[in-house]
Amino acid sequence: MARLNVNPTRMELKKLKGRLATAVRGHKLLKDKSDEMIRRFSVIIRTAKQLREDVEQELSNVLRLFTIARSVTPPEEAETAFSMPSVAVTAECETESVMGVDVPKVRLVNEKRAEGLPYAYSEITGEADYSVEKASILLPKMVQLAQTEKTVRMLAEEIERNKRRVNALEYVMIPQLEETIKYIKDKLDENERAAVVRLMKVKSKA
Amino acid sequence: MIGKTAIVGNGDGIMVFKAAGVDTFPADNEKKARDILRKVAKEYQIIFLTEDLARPLTEFLKRFDEEPYPVVLSIPSGAGSDGYGMEVLKSAMERALGVDILFHND
Repeated sequence: MARLNVNPTRMELKKLKGRLATAVRGHKLLKDKSDEMIRRFSVIIRTAKQLREDVEQELSNVLRLFTIARSVTPPEEAETAFSMPSVAVTAECETESVMGVDVPKVRLVNEKRAEGLPYAYSEITGEADYSVEKASILLPKMVQLAQTEKTVRMLAEEIERNKRRVNALEYVMIPQLEETIKYIKDKLDENERAAVVRLMKVKSKA
Repeated sequence: MIGKTAIVGNGDGIMVFKAAGVDTFPADNEKKARDILRKVAKEYQIIFLTEDLARPLTEFLKRFDEEPYPVVLSIPSGAGSDGYGMEVLKSAMERALGVDILFHND
């Protein structure tokens, strides 16, 4: 490991010792942070997987129903029937902090504009009613999945970054500082011995 | 903050969400989807994207992971799920933990 390019003086030694103490403390903190993040991550990813399985299954049901509904309705009629939503979906978007990472937190607010479905029952087949209703029910779950998956991705990124920091401290910074400190100490000791010897020599001649 | 939801996809499948109150943006191919996403990302906080479009845009979608919003979620299209969503989860897990704790199938 390469040692830092510094002058072997007492001032430098003192400075480096301070830096080493900080680095060691930082390393410990970051390592603890990493452990906790991984623990949270494994909880969140389990929920994400469960949610995704549910959503995918339900969504394909909805889409299948809807495809049936579409196939028995003329395209123009379907177009007009579905383009006027009876509900407006707004989401309250906030952020939440998971181990210092800002992740999204969403709450859905449904605003009903009109009662019932947005079209006359006589226009469209029953499958359409079901699929629209189911889609509305599924929506909060989808939003929750979106939020959870985003959290997973952001947390994964942060864990990776944190791991790099821990490694940089553990395998580069700390060894470097230790080696430099040892070098300066050796050098100072050497100087001291030289001074003593010089004094002894001077004294014996006198 | 009040956010809006949007869905970007191809085919008729997304129309059902229009009736459920989500704004729909049809896109036939990945190029179009990319343009739409760029525009939509500024206005909407939650964006659903069908899998067939999300897969070729994986690299493009990574840029949305830097900030909490917008949230982009891939959903199965009319043809059913092709496992893209699970793949994304899996790759995130492997990056973070280095091991597979969920799927156990490799």
